[in-house]
Parts: sequence; structure tokens; C-alpha cells
Amino acid sequence: MLPIIFVLPMIQLLVLSFAVDYEIKHIKLFFVDQDKSQFSGLLYNQFEASQYFIINDFSNSLAEAKESMQRGDCDQILVIPHGFEQDLYRDGTTDIQVIMNAIDGTKAGLSSSYATNIIMDFNRSLIVDFGMQSSLTATPEYQQIEMDYSYWYNPELNYQAYMVPGILVLLVTMIGGFLSSMNIVREKELGTIDQIHVTPIKKHYFIFGKTLPFWMVGMVEFGLGLLLAKLVFDIPMVGSIFTLFAFAGTYLLVVLGLGLLISTITETQQQAMFISWFFLVIFILLGGLFTAVENMPEWAQQITRLNPVRYFIEVNRMVLLKGAGFKDVASHFIVMSIFILLINSLAIFRYKKGS
Amino acid sequence: MDRFLAFVRKEIYHILRDWRTLIILLGMPIIQILLFGFAITNEIKHAKIAILDQAKDTHSKALIDKLLATEYFILDEYLSNESEIEPIFKKGNIKEVILFEPGFGQRLEKESIAHMQVIADASDPNTATMLLNYTKAIVTDYQMQQNARKKLPFSIDIHAEMFYNKELKGVYLFVPGLIAIILMLVSAMMTSISITKEKELGTMEVLLATPMQPAVIILAKVIPYLLLSFINAIIILLLGYFVFGVPIHGNLMLLLAEMILFILTVLSLGIFISTVTSSQQVALMASLMGLMLPTILLSGFIFPVENMPWPLQLISNIVPAKWFIIIIKGIMLKGAGIGLVWKETVILMGFLVFFILLSIKKFKPRLT
Amino acid sequence: MQTRQPMPNEYSIDVQNLTKKFGAFTAVNEISFNTKKGEIFGFLGANGAGKSTAMKMLCGLLVPSSGQATVASFDINKESEKVKKRIGYMSQKFSLYQDLTARENIRFFGGIYGLSNKQIKEKTDELMERLHLTDFANTQVGDLPLGWKQKLAFSVAVFHGPEIVFLDEPTGGVDPVTRREFWEMIYATAKLGTTIFVTTHYMDESEYCDRVSIMVDGRIEALGSPKELKAKYHVKSMDELFLQLARPETVKIF
Repeated sequence: MLPIIFVLPMIQLLVLSFAVDYEIKHIKLFFVDQDKSQFSGLLYNQFEASQYFIINDFSNSLAEAKESMQRGDCDQILVIPHGFEQDLYRDGTTDIQVIMNAIDGTKAGLSSSYATNIIMDFNRSLIVDFGMQSSLTATPEYQQIEMDYSYWYNPELNYQAYMVPGILVLLVTMIGGFLSSMNIVREKELGTIDQIHVTPIKKHYFIFGKTLPFWMVGMVEFGLGLLLAKLVFDIPMVGSIFTLFAFAGTYLLVVLGLGLLISTITETQQQAMFISWFFLVIFILLGGLFTAVENMPEWAQQITRLNPVRYFIEVNRMVLLKGAGFKDVASHFIVMSIFILLINSLAIFRYKKGS
Repeated sequence: MDRFLAFVRKEIYHILRDWRTLIILLGMPIIQILLFGFAITNEIKHAKIAILDQAKDTHSKALIDKLLATEYFILDEYLSNESEIEPIFKKGNIKEVILFEPGFGQRLEKESIAHMQVIADASDPNTATMLLNYTKAIVTDYQMQQNARKKLPFSIDIHAEMFYNKELKGVYLFVPGLIAIILMLVSAMMTSISITKEKELGTMEVLLATPMQPAVIILAKVIPYLLLSFINAIIILLLGYFVFGVPIHGNLMLLLAEMILFILTVLSLGIFISTVTSSQQVALMASLMGLMLPTILLSGFIFPVENMPWPLQLISNIVPAKWFIIIIKGIMLKGAGIGLVWKETVILMGFLVFFILLSIKKFKPRLT
Repeated sequence: MQTRQPMPNEYSIDVQNLTKKFGAFTAVNEISFNTKKGEIFGFLGANGAGKSTAMKMLCGLLVPSSGQATVASFDINKESEKVKKRIGYMSQKFSLYQDLTARENIRFFGGIYGLSNKQIKEKTDELMERLHLTDFANTQVGDLPLGWKQKLAFSVAVFHGPEIVFLDEPTGGVDPVTRREFWEMIYATAKLGTTIFVTTHYMDESEYCDRVSIMVDGRIEALGSPKELKAKYHVKSMDELFLQLARPETVKIF
């Protein structure tokens, strides 16, 4: 059991954090050039120089490109139509077609905007380099808005800095919730719980004695995870580690209460495991780990208010990355305290009734 | 045959008696797909932003109007100086701050170049890049509008086309992944648990002392789960189709056949797990940690495999769900026929044969 | 004993030099014995003496390392599938499904031995009545008292009319009254010609057997009727005999 409690979660933290990366790069581009002109060649070079795109096929047939997309060999098709350069000189305008494999909508949206940016830059340089030379009319000045940007709190867009604090929450929740519920149900299943009930020990002592070890395991787990986050991923730890541990300790009481509650409504370890798993999946999906809470529809955002995982992930990120202090997360502490009160009294009520 | 049916019936009783597990097995896919379809989205809407407009002229105002007219941004507040930026980010709900330099419009008109600055809260790098891209696109658009009036030469129009998923719905991506995960859960986890349960309770011994062939015993145990998995998969398909409009462009029969192939593969994996574990708890943990997580993470369900470090990409090849997801995405969304997915199909069959052979090899010593 | 050729069908179980090794450990060491039709044969021994291993070989659950045995005249090495059709088996761990009702359990086991639905129905009703279980036929087995479960498990093991039934410590944890009833069921079954092969811890139970063997460290140390054995070793009870044979250090270890 020990390796499952300590080693597995740490391995998961490592693997998960490396695996979870939304950044879109290496978009496989099929470049269809039906013009084969100087301009189309220039645009080709622009795409080739971009870090986002890999031109992995080149042809003058759109049909061929579509087949390639069907096979899954390319993510994006760029079509330079026949007469591209000629039209630009003659009519001053022309079209470029960009086709995206949009099954992954997010990826398609982003890669489309990358392509647009490259083409716009190219367009601007065309105007500057060739427009001036064209003797037809005096070219009016091209108005340009320069947009500088900066990424605060995570200037290198390190995805691990974002994911690791969240994944840590997951692991602590899994260990705390799963193990404690399974542990109590196991006593039920094996009948040893009756043994304990006939002893003069008070029920709340039993519950306390049962959950305390898991609380400690959870805290140790959290500490180990933080250490790993620092050593392996070099996650910034701007805020107070003490605040973080205080919150972790509070949070674990909620999770352990949930575990206890689950153990009172189940009869076998299998059921306990499945029910824990069921809630965990919902907590994770609605916890803002993989997709930000703000993106959810209003009703879903309201539901996430009941989700303890959401608060812990928020606090972790706020404290670690932004350096939020106790005052900034005070409201989170209050919510947790309410959860602790509600869940644990419900669990103890059910537990007393059940035995 | 009667013996076989007697066995299958008993197995079905087991499943029906444990109603808590059954509810979860049937309810899970429904809740998950509803969550994925309605709540989980990578699209960003209504992100709160703050604006520091040091120009307050027609151009800056027009651009702000244009930004706020989209559904991406909601104005939280106007700032009056730069020192307010830091505290407002700390409070946590502002995602982006946009600054216009003093004399923004004037410089645009006179010098043809103006500056603005965007600061994004990159503690969530994903949202930050997306918001920045949205902002950029809107600014570029404004710039084009400005220049369009001047009849500039060399203007290129871009026609973007979204294949297979015109409205960029997230649920298109999730339905195939969800089918894979649910099938994995029900088939592999439940079979491995139900077989180890018989071992743990000692009933396996009694069964083996009966004239039933061991292979038949396993087969009979597996059939109800095959049915259950199949029902689950159908529920997901129907919900996807009717509630979220996820199309099935390809051949339905081919899709169902591929689903059965995948179910068989995963069942054989479940049987294999049960031959190497002796208690439910271990089987449970092995299935959960060893199957579920790799399936969710390395199958390309949520995270694109291409972005991962190469060791993980290499490992992803031994995750059967990866191949299955390629197949059903192809059939459902691209309308692919067997001609396009035969390679992946052969790979799945390879897994199936491999796990069955392995299970037979592992199972034998216990029978003899 | 080893040179004598058994007549076909003379013995329901006939074992010669049966051995099972697990790596370097010899669990069953060249045991030989036989049982007659309708005989109640007690198979005694301390925990770990090799009883269960020997029994599993006879049921076709384990392949012997060496030696021969026939069960119902079929060779356990070559014809284990035929053996399985002619035996019943009640395991030491509980052998019925707790989440199925009594009736469903019977129907299941009857079904896998190939009995027709009609046969099953008739015999089930009769059995339920005999065990006074009619009112509880549709109760899940997990909710029945232990004694009833054991009696039901035995009935299920002999439901298909096997020639030999193997009982692996069938009365563990059962109260004396139920044990008594259980043995009455065993007698009744034996009278119909079924051989009973039973392992037990309870030395008083061994007195109920026609013949017993006592295994120590994988070998059969004593074999005969309880009366013969007590006379031969000059002891008053089987209990005393057992303590004398199962050497003190063995008792300590296990």
C-alpha cells in the first residue's frame, strides 16, 4: 500500500505535468501553391520561418491536400490560388484560402489566428516593399498600430507553472478522499467495525483516529509535491508557504469528511471506489484545472461554487504564482470552513444512524 | 449452450444486484457528456478586462468599443494610472489590461504609427495567449478598416474554412474520447474486478471444479460487460447526436464494428489484469492508475499528443485508446471508410491477439 | 499395496504415490489410499499438512507432480474433465454467491452441470422443503444464517447427483446443533451410494467417518477406521491420536 500512497502520486505529478501542455506548436501545414510566383515563394518562406508551423507537404493540388487531411497527415491547408501575384498587381487584391482541421476547435482557432498573423505581416511588407515601387499612384501611408504585449506572473508562458499547482490538488484529493472512504468501508466489509463498536471507545474518537492518519498522509503528500514542483519544474513560489499549508490542512478536512460520508452510504470497497471516482471526475472537470472556470456558462460557474477542488486550485495558483497573502484568500478559508461544518456534521449524523 | 446461458444469467444477476455500481456505470457517461457538452469549453467568453486609456480620443474610443462589442471581453473598470494595474491583477478576476499611449489617435493620423500595450495574466498561460490573440485580431481588423478607405494596393483577403467542425464545438473532440474512456472503464475495470472477486471469495475454485471449460467461464463472465459497454457507447452516441449535433458522417455499421473490436480489446486487457492480480483492491488500483490515467492523458483525448515530450509520445503508442480515438474521429467526423482506418484497425486487432495470448499463458498455471 | 491392480469401479477414489511439489517444497509426498462407494472418508491433518493440496489434485484443480489417481474410474492426469462431471465440491472458503438468492444459486450450479430447467425446478422445490428453506428461497444468500448457508452449499454440491463429493472443512464456525444436522445430511447422501471425502479440524467429527487418514508433513501417517486406529496407537480418543502424530514442532509452526 505504501508505494501506492507515496510513490505513485509523485510519478503521476511528474508525468501529468509533462503531458499537460496546451501550447500549439508544430502545426502540420500542407502548402498548396497554384501560382508558383515570387510572392507565393516569399509567403512560403514566412511560414517556414515560423516556429508554429511545419510545412510537411507541398503541392499544387488542393484535392491531394484534402486527402492528406482526411488521412490525418496535416492539420492545416494553405491555398495560394492561380494568378495570385498577377491579381495583386492588376486588381490590388486577391484571396488566400486557409483550411483547418477543426475537430479540436481550440487548436483550429489558434492555428488559424497564427496563420492570419503571418499573412497580415506578409501583406504589410508587400505594401512597404513593392507598393512604393509601383508607379501607378502615390501610395498613401499605411497606418499601423503597434501592439506590445507582456505576460505577467508567468512571462515565459510556462505551462507547468499553471498545471502543477492544480495537479497537486488532484493528488491530495485522491489520496485523502479515496483512501479514507475505502479504509472505513473495508472495516465494514471485513466486519472489524463491529469489533470496534463493542469497545467503549467513543464514536467521534474512532472517526478522529481513523481520519487523522490520512490527514497527515495528505499533508506529507502535499509537502512532497511542492518540493518536487520546486526541484523539478522550478515552479515560482512567490507567496507564503505557511498560508498554503494552512489552506491544505483546512481543505483536507473537507475531503476527509467527504470520504467519511461516502463510507456511510456504501457497503463495499468497490462501491466506495466508484462513488469517489464519480465525484472526483466531476470535481476535476468543474475545478478549473484543465479549462478555466470563467469560460463556463453561468449555471456551471454557479455549480463550481460548491466544488472544494476549485477553491484549492485557485488558492494554490494565487499564492504560488501571484504571491497572494492571507488577506487575499480569506474568503476561500471561510468557504472551506462552511464546507467542513456541513459535510462533517452530515457524515457524523449518517454514521451514527448507520451503526 | 444451456450451461453457458445459466452462467451469463448469473453474471447479469450480479450486475443488477449491485445497483449502486450500476447507476454509476450508466449515469457516469451521461453526466460526463452533459458536462463536456455544456460546461467544459476552451472557448473564452466574457473575460474581464481593465482599460487604461491615456489618449481618450476618437481612435482609442472606437477601438475600445470594437473590443467590447465582441463577446470575448467585458469591461471591469477603467484605470486612471499605471500603479493600479498590479493590485487589480492580484485581486484575481481581471485577465487582461489594455493600455493606450497618450495621443494614440493623433499619432496614428500624423505619424501613421501608434502604440498600445496589452498585459495578460499569464498565470493561466492558455487563457492569456488566447485573449491576446483575440485582442490582436480585433486590433488588426481595426487597422485594416482604417486603411481600407485609402485604397491601398496589395491587399490580401483571407478565407478561413473550418473543416469537420464548422462551429468549433468542443464537444466534437470530447465525444470520441469519452466513448473510449467509458468503454475502458466498464470493460477493463469491471471485468478485472469481477474475475478477481470470484478468486478472492473462493468461488472461482468451485467453478473450476465443475465441468465448465475455463475459457467458457471467462467468456460467460465477459459477455454481460460487453453488452453493458455497448449500451453505454450507444447512449453517448445518441446524446452526442441529438443533444449536441455531433454528426456521424461515416458508415454506422463500420463504427459499431470498430466499437466492438475496441471493447473486445479492452475486455482482453481486463482479463489479463485479473490473471496477474489476486485481490479486488489491487485490480481496482491497477485499472485506475494503470489504465484510466494513461487513457485520459496519452490518448489525445484532451491534450494533443504531438505537444508532449518524445518519451511520452512513444508510450502513447501502446495505449489502445489512442488508436481507437483516431478511428472513431475518422469515421464520425471525417466520414472515413475502412480504407482510411485499416492501419489503426489492424493495430487494435494486434493488441487483442496479444492480450489474449498473454492471458492464456498467465492463466494456465492456475488451472493445471 | 502398490502392486495390487484395482478392479474397474471397485474403488470410487484410488490414489497411488500421488506427489505435489511447489518448487523445492513437497506439499504432498507419495500418498496412497482408496475409498469405496458410499464410504465416508475423513481426511485429517494439521493446517499446512497438505490436505487441501491433495484434494485439489483429486478435483482436477491442480496437476500432480507424479503418481497416479483415479476418481470415479477416470484418470485425474488424463481425464480431468470427465472427473469433474462426476464430482461435487464444496470449498473451504464459502462457495455460494452471497448476492444471489438460494434459488438462483441452485439454478446456476444445476445449469452449469447441464441439468434441464424442469429437473432443476422440481429438485429445487423438493430441496427447499427438505431444508425448511421454502420461505427463504428468494432471500439473498448473504442474509441467511451461516448454518443454513453451509447446509445449502452442501445441497448444491450434491445437487447434480455426483458419485463423489469433496468437502473442504465444511463445518467451520458452525454451531453444534447445525453440525449435527449437517452430518445427518452427509449420512443420508452416503446411503444413496455417494462417496463422501471430507477434510476436518474437528476430531470428534472424525469419529463419524467410516475410515480416516491422518496427514503429517505431506505424508499419510495413519489410515484405518477410527476404532482400529485407536486400538493400534493405544489412545482413548482421536484427539489424543492426532496430538501424538502431529509432532509438537509442527503444531507450533502452524
